[in-house]
Amino acid sequence: MSAQPLTIHTMSLRKEFGAKVAVADLSLQVGRGEVFGFLGPNGAGKTTSVKMLLGLTRPTAGTAVLLDKPLGDRQARAKIGFLPEHFRFHEWLRAGEFLDLHGRLYGMNREARAAAIPDLLALVGLADRTATKLQAFSKGMLQRIGLAQALLNDPEIVFLDEPTSGLDPLGRLLVRDIIDGLRGEGRTVFLNSHLLGEVEKTCDRVAFIRDGRVLQTISLHDPEERVQVTLRVGSPTPQLLADLTQFGEHVNLSRHNGRIHLTLAHESRLPDLAAWLVQSGYSLYELNPQRLSLEDRFLQIVGNDSGDGAAR
Amino acid sequence: MTTLTIAYLTIRETQRRRILWIALALGLLFLFVFCLGFHYVYLDFERTWVGNEEAQLLASLLLAAGLYATNFIAIVISVVTSVTAVSAEVETHTVETLLTKPIRRWELVLGKWLGFAVMLLVYIVLLTGSILLFVYLRADYTVSNLLPGMMLMVMQGLLLLSLTIAGGTRLSSLANGVLAFMLYGVAFVGGWVEQIGAIVRNETAVDIGIVASLIMPSEILWKKALTLFQPAFTSSPMMAGPFTVASQPSDAMLVYAVLYMAGMVGFALWSFTRRDL
Ligand SMILES: Nc1ncnc2c1ncn2[C@@H]1O[C@H](COP(=O)(O)OP(=O)(O)OP(=O)(O)O)[C@@H](O)[C@H]1O
Ligand SMILES: [Mg+2]
Repeated sequence: MSAQPLTIHTMSLRKEFGAKVAVADLSLQVGRGEVFGFLGPNGAGKTTSVKMLLGLTRPTAGTAVLLDKPLGDRQARAKIGFLPEHFRFHEWLRAGEFLDLHGRLYGMNREARAAAIPDLLALVGLADRTATKLQAFSKGMLQRIGLAQALLNDPEIVFLDEPTSGLDPLGRLLVRDIIDGLRGEGRTVFLNSHLLGEVEKTCDRVAFIRDGRVLQTISLHDPEERVQVTLRVGSPTPQLLADLTQFGEHVNLSRHNGRIHLTLAHESRLPDLAAWLVQSGYSLYELNPQRLSLEDRFLQIVGNDSGDGAAR
Repeated sequence: MTTLTIAYLTIRETQRRRILWIALALGLLFLFVFCLGFHYVYLDFERTWVGNEEAQLLASLLLAAGLYATNFIAIVISVVTSVTAVSAEVETHTVETLLTKPIRRWELVLGKWLGFAVMLLVYIVLLTGSILLFVYLRADYTVSNLLPGMMLMVMQGLLLLSLTIAGGTRLSSLANGVLAFMLYGVAFVGGWVEQIGAIVRNETAVDIGIVASLIMPSEILWKKALTLFQPAFTSSPMMAGPFTVASQPSDAMLVYAVLYMAGMVGFALWSFTRRDL
C-alpha cells in the first residue's frame, strides 16, 4: 500500500445466485490513477463484480476495500461515479433535472450543481438538450447523459460498464478522451468492455476473467514481445505440427485455409524457424509474423470456444 | 434530506406521468355524480316532506353510501399508484444509479412512502371533505368527529400503501398488486362475515372476521371511521343495511392496525436494504 496506493483491493470475492456461481474468486488490486480494463466473455461475471464493488449486490464470501473503506461505505460512494451496463433513467425528467437530481443525491449544494451541470452537458455534447425529457433521447444520448451523471461529483474512481455499447464513433472517441482526461487528473477508471481495440488504446492494465476468476492480469505498457506467426507450407504433416512446438506455443492448423498459426516468445526466434523449415525440406510459401493484438491475447487467454480449434 | 428529495421526486413523477391528474379528474367526476345524485334524491324527499328526523336519516344514509364509494376509490388509488413504486425502479435498473450515490437504501424506500403518503392524505381529505361539505350545504347535515373520522380513512390508505411498498421491495409489480388486492379482499369478506355473524349472533363467524382483520386490518379502519362520523345512525338497531356497523371494532384492533402499518414500513426499509439489485 505504501509504494503505490490502492484504490480497489478485492480479496476472494465470491457471488452465488442459488446454485449458479457468478463470481468464483475475484482477487484484484487497482492502483490510484490507473485505467483498469476488466475483460472477459459474456457471463464471465464482470457486471456482477462491479455490482459487488458498488454495494448493489452482497458478496457471498470475500471482502474488498475501496478508497480505504469497506464495501458499501457511504463516504466511499460519495467519491465514486458509475455508469451501469443497463443504463435506464427516469425518463420523465429533463436532462438538466436529471443531473440536478443526481447531484443532489451526491450531496452537492446548489452552487456546486449549477457550476458542474452545464459543463458536463457540454462535455457529452448535449448542451442544447438541457430541457429535453429523457424519454425523447436516443440510446446513445442516454448513454452520454449517463456518462455525465457518472462524472458529476469529480469522482476518485469511475466505474464504466460497457460505456460505449450504444455510441457512434464520435461518442467512442469522446469516451476515450474523457478517460484520458481522468487519468491526467490522477483518477482511477474501472472499465468493462468488449471493444478490445478501445481497451488497448485507453487502459494501463487489464485483467482477463472467465467463470468469475482472474485468469491473468497484464500491463499494456510492457512491450509485447511475443509474435503470432502464420505459416503456409506445402503439405503440412502432423509431424510438422509436433516439431513446431519446439519453437513456440499455441500451434494449430487452420482447417479452412490450411495455414499454421503459432506464437513465438520473441521475434528473434523467427530466423531459426525459417531456417529449420527450409532445412527440413518443407516448401515454405508464406511466413507472416504479427505482434499479438489484445484480441489475440484475449482469445489465447480466455479461450476461443467458437473458433476453429484454436489453442486454449 | 435525501428522504425529502426522494419524496419530492415521487410526487413529481406521478404528476409528470399524468397519474396525479387522472386521479384528480376522476375524483372530480365522482364528486359530480355523487352531488347530482344526492341532490335529486333529496329533492324528491323534500317535495313529500315528512319531518326533519326522516330527512336527516335519509341524508345520513346517502352520505354513508357516498363515503363507502369514496373509501373504495381511496383504496384503489392507494394500491394502483404505489404498487410499482419500488419494484419498477428495480425492474428498469433506474435504482442502480440512485443507490450507488452516497444515500442509504432505506432513505429511498421511506422517501417513496412519504411522497405517496402526502398525496394520499391530500386526496382522501379533499374527496371526503368535499362530500361532507356538500351534504352539509345541501341538507344541513353535519357529521360528528370530523377529523378523527377522516384520519381513519386516510389511515386505511396509508395501510395499503405500506403494504404495497413492503411487497414492492421483494415482489414484481404484478405479483405485488395481486397480493395487495387479495389481502384487501380477505379483509373485506372477513368484515362482512363478522358483520353478519354479529347480527345473527354466530360466534364462529365473528371469530373468522377477527382473524381476517388480523391478517389485514384495513376494513376495521373504515368501519371505525363510519361509526365516528355517524354514531347514532350506524348503531341504530332497526337499520341493518350495508352501511351500518353491527360489530364495532375495538380500540385494541385500532392499535393493532397502527402497529401493523408500522411493521409493514419497518419491514420495507429492512427488506430493501438486504436485497441484491
Ligand atoms: N441476478 C442474477 N440471478 C442469477 N444469475 C445471475 C444474476 N446476475 C448474473 N447472473 C449470472 O451470473 C453470471 C455472470 O453474469 P454477469 O452479468 O456478471 O456477466 P458479464 O461478465 O457482465 O457478462 P456480459 O459480458 O454479457 O455483460 C452469468 O452466468 C449470469 O447468468
Ligand atoms: Mg456485463
